[in-house]
Amino acid sequence: MDFDDTPEEAAYREEARAWLDANAERLPPGKKRVGAFERDDLLPQAKAWQAKKADANWACITWPVEYGGRGGSALQSVIFGQEESKHDVPPYMFGIGQGMLGPTIMAHGTDAQKKRYLRPLLRADEVWCQLFSEPAAGSDLAGLRTTAVKDGDEWIVNGQKIWTTGAHYSDFGMVVTRTDPTAPKHAGITYFIVDMKAPGIEIRPITQINGSKDFNEVFFNDVRIPDENRVGAVNDGWRGAITTLMNERASIGSGQGLGFGIQQLLDLARQTEWDGRPAIEDPSVRARIADFYWKLKGLEYTGYRALTSLSRGTTPGPENSIGKMVGAPLRQEMAAFAIELQGMAGATLDADVTWGRGSAQQSWLASPGLRLAGGTDEILHNIVAERVLGLPGEIRVDKDKAFSDIPTGRAR
Amino acid sequence: MNFDFTEEQKLLQQTARDYLQEHCGLDVCRGVLESGGAYSEALWKGVAEMGWLGAAVPEELGGAGFGRLELALIAQELGRALAPIPFSSSVYLATEALLVFGSDAQQKTHLPRLAAGERIGTFALAEGPGRGALDKPTTRLSGGVLSGTKFPVADATAAGLAVVVAQGDVGPVLALVELDGPGVTATAVGSVDPSRPLGRLVFDGAPAEPLAKGEGLAAVRHLLDRAAVLAAFEQVGGAERALELTREFTLGRYAFGRPVASFQAIKHRLADLYAAIQLATSNAYYGAWALSTDNAELSTAACGARISASEAFDLAGKEIIQMYGGVGYTWEYDCHLFYRRAKSLSLALGSPGEWRDRLVARLEA
Repeated sequence: MDFDDTPEEAAYREEARAWLDANAERLPPGKKRVGAFERDDLLPQAKAWQAKKADANWACITWPVEYGGRGGSALQSVIFGQEESKHDVPPYMFGIGQGMLGPTIMAHGTDAQKKRYLRPLLRADEVWCQLFSEPAAGSDLAGLRTTAVKDGDEWIVNGQKIWTTGAHYSDFGMVVTRTDPTAPKHAGITYFIVDMKAPGIEIRPITQINGSKDFNEVFFNDVRIPDENRVGAVNDGWRGAITTLMNERASIGSGQGLGFGIQQLLDLARQTEWDGRPAIEDPSVRARIADFYWKLKGLEYTGYRALTSLSRGTTPGPENSIGKMVGAPLRQEMAAFAIELQGMAGATLDADVTWGRGSAQQSWLASPGLRLAGGTDEILHNIVAERVLGLPGEIRVDKDKAFSDIPTGRAR
Repeated sequence: MNFDFTEEQKLLQQTARDYLQEHCGLDVCRGVLESGGAYSEALWKGVAEMGWLGAAVPEELGGAGFGRLELALIAQELGRALAPIPFSSSVYLATEALLVFGSDAQQKTHLPRLAAGERIGTFALAEGPGRGALDKPTTRLSGGVLSGTKFPVADATAAGLAVVVAQGDVGPVLALVELDGPGVTATAVGSVDPSRPLGRLVFDGAPAEPLAKGEGLAAVRHLLDRAAVLAAFEQVGGAERALELTREFTLGRYAFGRPVASFQAIKHRLADLYAAIQLATSNAYYGAWALSTDNAELSTAACGARISASEAFDLAGKEIIQMYGGVGYTWEYDCHLFYRRAKSLSLALGSPGEWRDRLVARLEA
């Protein structure tokens, strides 16, 4: 048992580090690579960095060589990422396209689609977004109602998508639509590539509870999509959507590194006075901090177990599926506790006067989103119960009905 | 990155599981619990023959010469089986204390017999309700004799040798005392888990000597850290077994025309229990790594392993009864064996609350 690289891993790390050192500055100790949230302004720099990596064959390490990737392992991708994060480089803003949509095109797309789209996607010459959720189809994605109707060699799309990250700066999107409402809900779905600049697409930012605008609503008003942009067979789009979602789970992870961390909490508890003494001396505070610590560490070490599986060339076990299920609510609890530690001043949110420039308060306001994005707490519990523990699936009253016969609201 | 056990170590674990499946069904635990006996002598003999008691003891001292990683996996299997033997007292504590703090002479005198199972060792820390016996024990070691009362002590009446936390001339010290010698009275005390018996040790001028390198609070804490990691594996094993049994039961039990396990009220809680066990497992792994490599991280790693494993097993012990429903509350069903063992193990070595406090103290340092 050790945390060392194997000789092959060490050599790979050395190769990655050498290229990175030659092409980027090292971050000073204690400084972190800038994150993508709320940094649309850095898109040109992010694209330039991605192109540079692509030209040196360090982009999309796990992609097959025939699509411009490096044909590397998941662990090699992790190693490069670890080294890259030590450098002062722009944020990575292409995870949805490169992590989820590219692999979907590889699995279900036509040769022409692969040829046309994958290389610019890998190089970030073209940026992609994922048009899945709808106002009435979130956890129940297959309940989607955006329609596509065939018209000659084209499809006419109408409806609304929501929670679309990066729609406003994307060149292309992948959209799931309803093409046969008389079929059961999973059997009447078709998957398309759509040009985000096409006439009839309207994009509106969503303002979240924390004031950020990380997502959009996307409206389709008679948008025309050529049939050659269809991914997979007509009415067989659910298969492709599943491919995309499987890759999403792999890339969203636990939300670790986001939000208010344990070191900040220790600092806060040391610096905040409770009745003339540091709050950290209070037994109730110590007990809470201890519990946050072992839970966070438990998630981190569980990640090491998954990396070990990758290092051995085997698929990580199901234990990693607890990451977001445990991590997201934990972030919320930690932030709430950090606010409470500050007493009445915890209710302030003013960078000039609030402890840590209001970082605990900001984390608290952002945290409900973590519990919803990429699989809600509730869906993740079902996934662990059903796929890991093998417990029975939910009883689905709508499964074999024609989609058009499924109730959509309370009967009047 | 190699944060896992080797194939050889996993093979050893499988051997242990197979052996215990044959020789330690839950009826063995129940037998001790119902008979009021101290432990299963047959299983103790068998475990000694398997070489587990001396797993971490060098071969020249009568052991198997494995390391702590192997011992950890054996502990996990004993936990799964709810083995009613004084393994934790004798191996994680008494044997470990001698291995780490004993002089050559002390090791030569005691380790071969402990490794062979001819002698059972134990560890005496608590001095009645509350906390404080760690920093300021009232039991005194002075002029080669020990005086004071330790209570509760696990396996007190079965043990022939004890490592006792006592006040020495300059501070806390680990004292070694033969329990069948003069000046020692051992009496049984009732336990919430009679398959893991407790007792009282009264020392009245009992001949004793300090472990050669076991002086000072740091030594006592270090011993507890080491034992905490091994105990965490035992707790994880018990929690895993409880989850497996609960899963099987709720899949087979029907209510409202459906398996009970198909209701989200059950599914989601079993998912939470699974998560708790994974967090505990990962923390225990990290503890095992620190223990086996003598890394300074052990002091925080042991706390994380200790707290998370106590939480996981305690949750498993509660959920197995709740999810079995009424029958889970009967003496006849085995659910209470887990409920009892979980609580008993979580209080041995000091309550989780003490470990939380210790963890933050170490993070502050």
